Amino acid sequence: MAKTLYEKVWDSHVVVAPEGEAPIIYVDRHLVHEVTSPQAFSGIEVAGRRLRAADKTFATMDHNTSTTSASLEALSPMARTQVETLERNCKEFGVRLYDIHHKNQGIVHVMGPELGITLPGTVIVCGDSHTATHGAFGALAFGIGTSEVEHVMATQTLRQLKAKTMKIEVRGHVAPGITAKDIVLAIIGKIGMDGGTGYVVEFCGEAIEALTMEGRMTVCNMAIEMGAKAGMIAPDATTAEYLKGREFAPKGDNWQQALAAWQQLKTDEDAVFDASIVLDAKDIAPQLTWGTNPGQVVAIDQQVPNPENEPNSTVRSSIESALQYVDLTAGTLMTDVSINKVFIGSCTNSRIEDLRAAAHHAKGRKVAAGVKAIVVPGSGLVKEQAEAEGLDKIFTDAGFEWRLPGCSMCLAMNDDKLEAGDRCASTSNRNFEGRQGRGSRTHLVSPAMAAAAAVAGHFVDIRKPY
Amino acid sequence: MQPFTKHTGLAVILDSANVDTDQIIPKQFLSKVTRDGFGVHLFHDWRYLDDAGDQPNPSFNLNKPRYQGASILLSQENFGCGSSREHAPWALADFGLRVIIAPSFADIFYGNSINNGLLPVRLTDAEVKQLMSEVDAKEGAEIEVDLESLTVTSPSGAVFHFEIAASARHNLLNGLDAIGLTLSHADTIAKYEAQIPAWRA
Repeated sequence: MAKTLYEKVWDSHVVVAPEGEAPIIYVDRHLVHEVTSPQAFSGIEVAGRRLRAADKTFATMDHNTSTTSASLEALSPMARTQVETLERNCKEFGVRLYDIHHKNQGIVHVMGPELGITLPGTVIVCGDSHTATHGAFGALAFGIGTSEVEHVMATQTLRQLKAKTMKIEVRGHVAPGITAKDIVLAIIGKIGMDGGTGYVVEFCGEAIEALTMEGRMTVCNMAIEMGAKAGMIAPDATTAEYLKGREFAPKGDNWQQALAAWQQLKTDEDAVFDASIVLDAKDIAPQLTWGTNPGQVVAIDQQVPNPENEPNSTVRSSIESALQYVDLTAGTLMTDVSINKVFIGSCTNSRIEDLRAAAHHAKGRKVAAGVKAIVVPGSGLVKEQAEAEGLDKIFTDAGFEWRLPGCSMCLAMNDDKLEAGDRCASTSNRNFEGRQGRGSRTHLVSPAMAAAAAVAGHFVDIRKPY
Repeated sequence: MQPFTKHTGLAVILDSANVDTDQIIPKQFLSKVTRDGFGVHLFHDWRYLDDAGDQPNPSFNLNKPRYQGASILLSQENFGCGSSREHAPWALADFGLRVIIAPSFADIFYGNSINNGLLPVRLTDAEVKQLMSEVDAKEGAEIEVDLESLTVTSPSGAVFHFEIAASARHNLLNGLDAIGLTLSHADTIAKYEAQIPAWRA
């Protein structure tokens, strides 16, 4: 029977499907970070269980680490306890840990792929919703809760029900300056923040195939922002090229066998999806969110929407409360919206290509008066590469702050947070109320749009001179 | 896990769509290394006027005298979207809630809730609206949720049917330890592991 990419990966991971119970699926790689793991480690410890596969478990600290100092002294007492608890747990259970002093430390979803931990056709989980990122490689990757983290630790498997399948095809080619972030925001704008709930989404089409791995990761990263269980992209030559030679990628004969296996990892021509969506790439303009969820998004040349035009009462009241929270008036041109903070970073947009795109707009310019802009590379390796290319110098010359790797202001667990009333152009993934700081307003944009907003002091249409 | 069979309790209305887990439990409370004590921080930014959490917001429903002791939360579509933080169901349960009723839930939150004995119930939009209107109309109105018969009974006696995966229902009814159940298949897992191709071992 013809199968989708998801169904192929699913079928190859079903360990057993006991009658009347949820199927047990095997987990190839388990990524762990400091915030969602301590209760799981203590859970297996208290139950007297062992960690089944320490060699398939990889840990990093990223969520509450400081981006100004590689020292535990820089952390709040509770954050420090959490980081130290991870260190202790990794030591006790024999888990490989990329701590804040390790040169490869970084955001879990940046670090995993660049070390070759992420491979096509594998099942990857992590106690973090943006695990969807790894689907860019044709892996089935999704975020789990801490009880499930504990389940994976003890059994190297998960109980899962099979999801429905959705195909999202982006036909043709995007216009110059349009990035993966614009593509995925346009998709979320079209299907809504819960349009993917219950589905595993496969992104395909020429515009997706044309993306680099960095771009594909940006798209899959935000699959969760449309509510999808996971996002996937079929592996191809771009995928293999990216992975070849990376630390944990297969080598020698294993590499050849992997390549052969990955050839099969694509949706069969006559496979049937439960739902299909099509977008025309040429219609996608630079996107930015105006409201308090990622589905509340418009193109840069559009206006803040008017709730009176919305027929559905629940949606209308969501728009009204969002407008009140973000303090914007219906009809305002998005290019007239001023910002005072800029955050370039996060597991969505902190990879080398993102920093290059931002630097392109920062080069030779200055951050506007009254604007504070920070650039947070996704990992030690990204930071090293960016510095080798002189990007750090471009940013600092323009008045951006160049920081240490971590999740930083995406979720503001460390000191990088917005104040009430701040308005931020952010390359992250969630513009929820208070996400980056209580009372703050977040507008999600691409790295290019964020850097341009930093120098202009307001949002600009990067397709035109500004 | 605490078993769930049937529960009757006071319901509180949170009439918002897309209530995200950042809202349910903001990030500044995620630094704990234990599972307990999150209830006091539930819906912090909506529930308190100050950052320290000393001044309750009197206009937020959970703070109103008529809703004190509520154990069932009524909300709108896409409840629990966003971050995978299990701290969200921990906070809801620690606050004293046993059931969340909404037209739809985000996937990760839905699973996390079941793993903590907190029952997420999907009803239709119209049914949720009817429950909200009945609860709003009568102070002290209680709702009955029966996992065995898969029904919700409104304060006026209207009965609504809901669905849940048979496996989840079974685990909730019996308060089963999911890990223990899976470990009973340890030999099968080992057999699976033995045939994993070298490139992904």
